[in-house]
Amino acid sequence: MAEMMRTDSVMTSKDKREHVQIRIGYHRMDHKVDPGLYLIGVPSAASPVFVTSNYKLSFDALRTSLNGFDAYVLVLDTKGINVWCAAGKGTFGTDELVGRIESSGLKDVVSHREVILPQLGAPGVAAHEVKRRTGFQVIYGPVRALDIKEFMDAGKKASKEMRRVRFPLKDRLVLAPVEMKNFVLYALLFSIIGFLIAGAFGLAVVFGIYFAGLLLFPLLLPYLPSKDFTMKGMFLGGLISIPLVAATLCLWKDMDPIEVASFDASIVLMCVSVVGYLGLNWTGCTPYPSRTGVRREIYRYIPIIAAMAVAATVLALVAGLFDMGAWF
Amino acid sequence: MAGECSCQGAPSDAVNTLQYDMNRCVNCGRCSQVCPHGVFAPGDFKAQLVNYEACMECGACMVNCPVNAIKVESGVGCANAMIKSALLGRKEVICGDDCCK
Repeated sequence: MAEMMRTDSVMTSKDKREHVQIRIGYHRMDHKVDPGLYLIGVPSAASPVFVTSNYKLSFDALRTSLNGFDAYVLVLDTKGINVWCAAGKGTFGTDELVGRIESSGLKDVVSHREVILPQLGAPGVAAHEVKRRTGFQVIYGPVRALDIKEFMDAGKKASKEMRRVRFPLKDRLVLAPVEMKNFVLYALLFSIIGFLIAGAFGLAVVFGIYFAGLLLFPLLLPYLPSKDFTMKGMFLGGLISIPLVAATLCLWKDMDPIEVASFDASIVLMCVSVVGYLGLNWTGCTPYPSRTGVRREIYRYIPIIAAMAVAATVLALVAGLFDMGAWF
Repeated sequence: MAGECSCQGAPSDAVNTLQYDMNRCVNCGRCSQVCPHGVFAPGDFKAQLVNYEACMECGACMVNCPVNAIKVESGVGCANAMIKSALLGRKEVICGDDCCK
């Protein structure tokens, strides 16, 4: 029998620090837990077995929800990926679960033949296969670890509500920092270009797009019109272009009206196309879009976005030429 | 894609590839249990496809159906991964070392 490790429900300051690091994308793939069988509390042979992935956030969500429980936690090796993503990839899967049940000697540790899995592990695990190969019955627990106590109190029955994925404000917002980090180099590059073309105002446009596409978008996701993420983004881009255009009309009263018009058209097209693209990029981080739907969105919107971005660049250059004309 | 079996759902302009062959269903209840969007609901004799549009093609129902009554081309609906794979001509990656950097 393999050795068992011990864990508890306490979040130390080190754990909390690591959670912050994860959320800002610091060493993103380095937050792993050792796979294997863990004890929490003082479990007996009759105690329940909960299964999770070896991603730090998943493991911590489970163990902190098991406060007061005497139980076993079986950690699968998902290469540091969360349960749902790993299930999609197949690493939180039938083979890994079967192998881990065997290598941990679970049969000799517990007297029952049940393992409780997070519901979102289901895309990777064929419950009937696990039963056939190990004798262990897979019980799908709630989507959220927080509901485990209620689930257990109800005799391992999940309510309809517990079985649904939700995506509340907090869950949406917590994703923003990583996305902002992923795009920060582009933002810097375009800040330089924006500044060269239109000075401080160019910077304002780039920052507006950056924050709209990566912070406001997840914040406003349920309220933006359309089911298509690109359309939602394009709508938001249109919205943020309004104050920018208004600012040019106020600030640049003395400029050639054609130059201002080219700039404004460029700003609107730039905001709509880039925030639309950033919106499309959010599909993978949210629990709604299907692969088929996203493929359709890509075919439908990418050509439009590309055309708008090209037009915006041309218009910005036209406006820039006006400036040059003024210099010579 | 649609119309190969005696399926429910799957209109021709489908936003997903979910197909459910009710004739095979043994009413074990797994699909209703594992679906995160309530696409299936338990019925008296057969599972019912009640919210076809909400399917995100995660594949949980198909994988856990013991009688292969459900088919769906599962995959992560991640535009980033799909665009990347199209541009670089590589296989589509799914959440992990190779993605989201």
